[in-house]
Amino acid sequence: MADFSASVYQNENLPDGGTDVNAIVTITCVGAGIAGQTGAGDAGEIIIIDTSGSMGDVRMQQAKSAAQAALAEIVDGTYFAVVSGNGAAFLAYPHVRSGPGMVRMSAQTRQEASRAIAQLTSGGGTAIGTWLDLAGQLFFSVPQVIQRHAILLTDGENNESPEVLNAAIGRATGVYQVDARGVGTDWKVDEVRRIATNLLGTVDIIPEPALMGDEFRSIMRSAMARGVADAELRVWSPQGAQILFVRQVSPTVEDLTSRRRKINDLTGGYPTGAWADESRDYHVQVRLAAKALGQEQLAARVQLVINEQVYAQGLVKAKWSADHSLTAPIDEQVAHYTGQTELAAAIQEGLAAKALGDDATATAKLGRAVQLAEQTGNDEATAKLRKVVDVDDAETGTVRLKKAVDKADEMALDTASTKTTRIQKEG
Amino acid sequence: MSDAQFDPAEAPVTFHLDAQPCPTCGEPVPVGANFCEGCGAQLGSVTAEDAQAAPKIESEASMPVSRPTHLITDGAAQAGRRPCAECGGSVGDDLYCEQCGTKAPSERDHFRETPAGWVAGVCDRGARRRRNEDAMALLASESQGERCVLIVLDGVSSSTDSDVASLAGARAARDALRKAVGAGLGTPESREAAMHKAITDAAAGAQAAIVAHTEQGSANPASATFTCLVLQAETDGLVAWHGNLGDSRSYWLPDSGEPVQLTRDDSAAEALIDAGATPEQAYGSPQAHAITRWLGRDAEDVTPHLGRLPITEDGWLLACSDGLWNYAPTAAVLAEQVHAAAGAAGSVEDVALALVEFATQAGGHDNITVAVARVGALPVRETGEPSDVTVTATDPSPDSKE
Repeated sequence: MADFSASVYQNENLPDGGTDVNAIVTITCVGAGIAGQTGAGDAGEIIIIDTSGSMGDVRMQQAKSAAQAALAEIVDGTYFAVVSGNGAAFLAYPHVRSGPGMVRMSAQTRQEASRAIAQLTSGGGTAIGTWLDLAGQLFFSVPQVIQRHAILLTDGENNESPEVLNAAIGRATGVYQVDARGVGTDWKVDEVRRIATNLLGTVDIIPEPALMGDEFRSIMRSAMARGVADAELRVWSPQGAQILFVRQVSPTVEDLTSRRRKINDLTGGYPTGAWADESRDYHVQVRLAAKALGQEQLAARVQLVINEQVYAQGLVKAKWSADHSLTAPIDEQVAHYTGQTELAAAIQEGLAAKALGDDATATAKLGRAVQLAEQTGNDEATAKLRKVVDVDDAETGTVRLKKAVDKADEMALDTASTKTTRIQKEG
Repeated sequence: MSDAQFDPAEAPVTFHLDAQPCPTCGEPVPVGANFCEGCGAQLGSVTAEDAQAAPKIESEASMPVSRPTHLITDGAAQAGRRPCAECGGSVGDDLYCEQCGTKAPSERDHFRETPAGWVAGVCDRGARRRRNEDAMALLASESQGERCVLIVLDGVSSSTDSDVASLAGARAARDALRKAVGAGLGTPESREAAMHKAITDAAAGAQAAIVAHTEQGSANPASATFTCLVLQAETDGLVAWHGNLGDSRSYWLPDSGEPVQLTRDDSAAEALIDAGATPEQAYGSPQAHAITRWLGRDAEDVTPHLGRLPITEDGWLLACSDGLWNYAPTAAVLAEQVHAAAGAAGSVEDVALALVEFATQAGGHDNITVAVARVGALPVRETGEPSDVTVTATDPSPDSKE
């Protein structure tokens, strides 16, 4: 079984009357094993391919090859299915009309699925909500599958109303995880990001259809490396305290605050999905009632819990001190991730303003983003920002919007906005 | 005090370290460690050196004491953790309250012993010190007034590992006094000689344990004061035997008679008084609290001062560290506090707790240890408003002691 550990980075010293405690909790998993192979339960994978009319022949051909490449990465014994989606969702493989809608991967089923994929053709609209619902039904048809993951590929804007899509996302939330990819530039980053964020997965653009195969292989390889099916982050805070927010801040920024599930009056659970051998950082902010100088107390217990068992715990503390030299410094990790979180927001808000033609706001926000990316050493964000704005002075955030921007570059900046970098940790 | 002291609650917690829980306080300790750095409890197998240093102990079965005394380990294991002092919530394995988050004292920072209903002690870190270097070990017969042993040691905070050494010393002294001392020829002289030898041997046992727990070559070897009170029923009545080194004290505080300080400090202040200074002058001097004798590797003479007092009325026997008497410097002031505490208390342990609270409220500059034995029935509890423990002493800033 996997081993988890927790480390806490914070300045626990609060000034007289201070109430807000910030901490970065790093949770590291080692020995995760392979999905579905650890004896904890079976894993299931569903490949969802957009077969709407907009895919056309060339892109469709590339998507089919990519799906076949993904099949090759699914470990034998894993339950799987292939869904094709346009204005409705269809079970492309396995060929069943009732009963379990997924089969175990073997040389034979891989070959059969590959043949089924080869026969897909494009046509019709895009109703992603129906695709999600079918995937959910397929997972439910095989109860022994406890680790559920899907790859979703789309190339266009969803034809359903936002309410319909949101309802489908709601039904899938907590049931399975989705890594979503948009191919080309006709899809909406917001829409696909909403799916991936709620379903605990990643979002990205595949600008060139030819890159789909590599991307699918890599997604599936990552999914198969997640030997820990489902873990929950639990945050305890003392009576009378208030959790201001709980955010994942690495590898990407995700605000988990609203996903709190009440465990008891003092403890909330936040879903984290499946784990591979990896580290994730969480930023927790707690508001306490101020205590007298010299007092010490626990501000939060942050735990990683699997099946009601605690695998790791980090303690966030508060200590009131009159010594300014102790209370003034902001922890380096906290400062870094506060900047990275603001960076993600600045990019998204800047691009949204730009899309609305509000160039003043877009320039200010993207300027701030350039400044933050520079300060926090996020080179990837810096590189992507430079494709959208001309930078006069990164230090002050003085930028000009580029006259002509490649749509794909703008979308890539948007999808990558939540990706964060780490700083070198002491000790 | 060592800055490198391990605080288990501060370390990142992994559940698969090569660690085992301390049997005393439950904190993880590395496999092979000799001591729990959280609470100071001794772990693992006893080394040859320890075995040689430790006094020979009678088996439990042969002991005259009718009930085995609670060792801290036993007490902690049986009773579980005490509830949070702030809100009464339960305290988690990480030593923080599960309700309000208040840090609970470790078993080394605050422990209690109640070997019988009439004998109790509290050993507490106090309000200011980072560690509790005081130590205490008690013994008592089930039946009141048969026999009890109160041992208090005060580890000197300028030395290394005084907290570990003082606790080992206190327990060694207690173990040396487990077996009732034989009456010898039955004459008062032979009885006195036997008791003096027993208490001197107990001090020697404590000395051996402290040296055994001092790192070789340590520049600041562990050292501690020593005070020992033995109350026992003898043919002609109850007698309190006492011995001490340093400035921890023993008192007899009768319910109506004159309170008595049984021990005399080995301190610079007392030396000044011997040289002709008034008590005011002596205790006003900057070095007043420096001790002139102690236990430890660098001690020259570890023979305790010895004394005896027949007990003929009801009252309280009390052994304490200077963390208490600094705030009640005379026997009369201390007696007032004890009687006030007894009036509001439901048990002997309540009296000890109330005295620790008194010293904490008065400043709590030093570690506080209070061990009491009740002679006679507990005074009737005052009904209605519990009498407030009055803080009468001024803060003498005992930090200047060492």
